[in-house]
Amino acid sequence: MAKPRSIEPLLWLLFSAGGMLAALLIPILLFLFGVAFPLGWLSPPGHQHLLALLHHPLTRATLFLLCWLSLFHWAHRFRYTLYDGLQIKHLNELISVVCYGGAIVGSLAAAYLLWRIP
Amino acid sequence: MNDGSAYTAYHPRWSRPRMSTYWWLQRRSYLRFILRELSSIFVAWFVVYLLLLVRAVSHGDASYQQFLGWSGHPIVLVLNLVSFFFVVFHAVTWFNLAPQAMVVSVAGKRLPGVLIAGANYLAWALASVLSSWLLLGG
Repeated sequence: MAKPRSIEPLLWLLFSAGGMLAALLIPILLFLFGVAFPLGWLSPPGHQHLLALLHHPLTRATLFLLCWLSLFHWAHRFRYTLYDGLQIKHLNELISVVCYGGAIVGSLAAAYLLWRIP
Repeated sequence: MNDGSAYTAYHPRWSRPRMSTYWWLQRRSYLRFILRELSSIFVAWFVVYLLLLVRAVSHGDASYQQFLGWSGHPIVLVLNLVSFFFVVFHAVTWFNLAPQAMVVSVAGKRLPGVLIAGANYLAWALASVLSSWLLLGG
């Protein structure tokens, strides 16, 4: 008889993939759109250019992977932060539902928003 | 388990001192650990911010300009500056840990950790240059 499979390895895999993609892409994107453009250090790209860039399937696929995996990275790590930092293991189920549920909802929102880019 | 062990109706109490909820303030390395763990919140915030940007761009030039204006609001700016610090902290700690997570062997010999971390940093640089080029150039 095969042992019932645990979903935990899959969650760790998503955590790792998300951590890697987030580390590679988020610093530069956040630097540009969150810091450099608002502070006027660099001039932001025009609407046409950005729309053309977002229209490309490769950009959409990359951004979807970034959103999806980063959200699961957050869900998994934040779950353990709550366990270790606040020692609230007794709320196990609630925390899991909020974390992974939030990640699923966020991923669906990302898919929808990226899908309907004109 | 020896022969002397017997069933007891009441489980013996564990001798485990209760740890303070604020244990991570006791040492600098603990604090670094918890800050690294907290970086995930700012990763999640970035996803929200990115999706707001995508939505604004989809809606047209006017809402894109509105988004750019909103991104300059002091509260948003401070949040993004703090987030930037945390995501860089995440990236650096992530790449530094990579040699422990990845065991790469070449011709039966384990590749030194410096090379693996170095490859990660190189990938980071390439990804950043490519993203900047796509967004700012062309």
